[in-house]
Amino acid sequence: MNKAFGLRTYAIIYLIFLYAPIILLPMFAFNDSKVIAFPLSGFTTEWFGQMWEDDQLFRSLKNSMIVSLTTAVLATTFGVFAARATTRYRFPGKAGIMGLVMLPLVLPEMIVAMSLLVVLLAIGVPLSIFTIILGHVLICTPFAVAILSSSFQSLDRSLEEAAYDLGETPLSTFRLIVLPLVMPGIISSLLICFTISLDEFIIAYFLGGTETPLSAYIYGQFRFPARVPAMLALGTILVAVSVVLLAIAEYFRRRGIAKTGGKVSGGFL
Amino acid sequence: MTSDRPTMIEFRDVHKYYGDYHALRGINGTIRAGEFFSLLGPSGCGKTTLLRTIAGFEDISSGAVLIDGKDMVNVQANARPTNMVFQSYAIFPHMSVAENVGFGLRKDPRSKAEKGRAVDEALEMVGLVGFGGRAAHALSGGQRQRVALARALILKPKVLLLDEPLSALDKKMREHMQVELIKLQRQVGITFILVTHDQEEALVMSDRIAVMFEGEITQLADPETLYRRPNSKKVADFIGTMNFIPATVLSESGDTVEVEAKGLGRAALDISAAPPKSGETTVVGLRPETLTLLYDDQKATERETEGVIDEVIYFGDMTYYDVYLGGTDVEVRLSMRNVPGRPVLDVGTKVRVAWSPSALVLFR
Repeated sequence: MNKAFGLRTYAIIYLIFLYAPIILLPMFAFNDSKVIAFPLSGFTTEWFGQMWEDDQLFRSLKNSMIVSLTTAVLATTFGVFAARATTRYRFPGKAGIMGLVMLPLVLPEMIVAMSLLVVLLAIGVPLSIFTIILGHVLICTPFAVAILSSSFQSLDRSLEEAAYDLGETPLSTFRLIVLPLVMPGIISSLLICFTISLDEFIIAYFLGGTETPLSAYIYGQFRFPARVPAMLALGTILVAVSVVLLAIAEYFRRRGIAKTGGKVSGGFL
Repeated sequence: MTSDRPTMIEFRDVHKYYGDYHALRGINGTIRAGEFFSLLGPSGCGKTTLLRTIAGFEDISSGAVLIDGKDMVNVQANARPTNMVFQSYAIFPHMSVAENVGFGLRKDPRSKAEKGRAVDEALEMVGLVGFGGRAAHALSGGQRQRVALARALILKPKVLLLDEPLSALDKKMREHMQVELIKLQRQVGITFILVTHDQEEALVMSDRIAVMFEGEITQLADPETLYRRPNSKKVADFIGTMNFIPATVLSESGDTVEVEAKGLGRAALDISAAPPKSGETTVVGLRPETLTLLYDDQKATERETEGVIDEVIYFGDMTYYDVYLGGTDVEVRLSMRNVPGRPVLDVGTKVRVAWSPSALVLFR
């Protein structure tokens, strides 16, 4: 009883620390004051309007879309190859290769960003949104592999053999059987990679050059106190979009596991 | 019954290595057209590997597999005249029953309506009329099995391969499907090759059985021969139950060999049907149901030996007795039909065991 009470209190405090700042975001985004402080002075949608008229914001939004969509597609494509290889084939050095693929998951982003910057400058690659994509694919691929591995793992190998046995080629078997069954995993991976890339700051800031994506743009705008409420408005929208995308991703992942006869055991990683 | 039929599958010294592991060690033998053939053996004996070499899912390391006279060395699984029912059934979960069954007809040039009729016919054959529109993942185990059968048979293969198809079903369903499979095989006349580790299943269903141990076919024969004349202790032990009794060979002349079996005494055996010498220690085998316990007023028709009952297991229709025969224990399976109205005997009772020398099998 006592122990349960203690744990429950801990969990509640934990959740407050985790989410309270995020709840403050929309509160001040709708607050009628340039000063971010209590008490709230009134309701306004002015900051959303201000945001709407910001050309630079839309340019960085466009950059972010290019970066995030490209990253999602590339990382998921690599993820499909890696997940297929790791769940289906045995090859020399498999553990080591998979370890290297998954390493960016635990590598500090700062290190990745710095070393990429050094290397890119040394070999003379100009910084642009493509260098950001390069870095983002690197950090998103492990997530894609983790998500897709569970999809490929729950795929019964005899399904492919059955299709092959019934006259299909390896390629048409992949298209007719494998792809539809791992599609929920692919969609889930696309959405998660997109979200990670959209939110990512360090690599975007280091490797961005003059073309800033959204995260770097927001950071830049925080230097001007007058711009802060508009950034909170933008942040509110981003949080909402992220939550929706992650929810969709998780829905597809669970549906995929259920479809191939597996059991959902918890979160997405 | 099927001995006059042409050969459908021929194995010529088939070897298969997985790295250092020698999975198939020189498989030879033929399977006849229209035969219900079983590959029987304990897990890891290579029976599934052998089945998969027929399907084309496993390349063989050396030797040859011929289907209908053609060497399959360069023929891929998708071009072989074989179809397979998988142990997990491998029903495509994202398709309906009809889509599953009709999957193999994708490249068939027939019209949609004709293909639909073929699917309906296949469903009718396996007793699933009206199930076409159902989602595949909503089926029971028995129904999935039937869908897998219909899907494999719709292409009218020369050979149907069944990889432990009944192992996932409960006992009652399994016995029911055994009968259904036999009927289906007679109806379509296609060669069926069944992989199983269940000796009873193999005996019930097959025209002929290959018993495999450690990558080799130890004996290939019809069920009765396997049961009555096993060619080795391994086979005798795997199929049914066999009492092994230590023995020594006393003399041998022509087709007759005289042995001295522990507890039973001297007996003359006809060795014309016995397995060849293998260098094992000499024993005689005796099936438990060929033995009878004699009640006081009964007399043996051939031979009888005195013993003491060690253990009694009562099944209702059958009673199993362990009887100590001076130096050796034998299991006796007594059907109540043969001793109607007789009481079950107690442990410690002195009894006479009746046996027949013609039921003895000599292993040496």
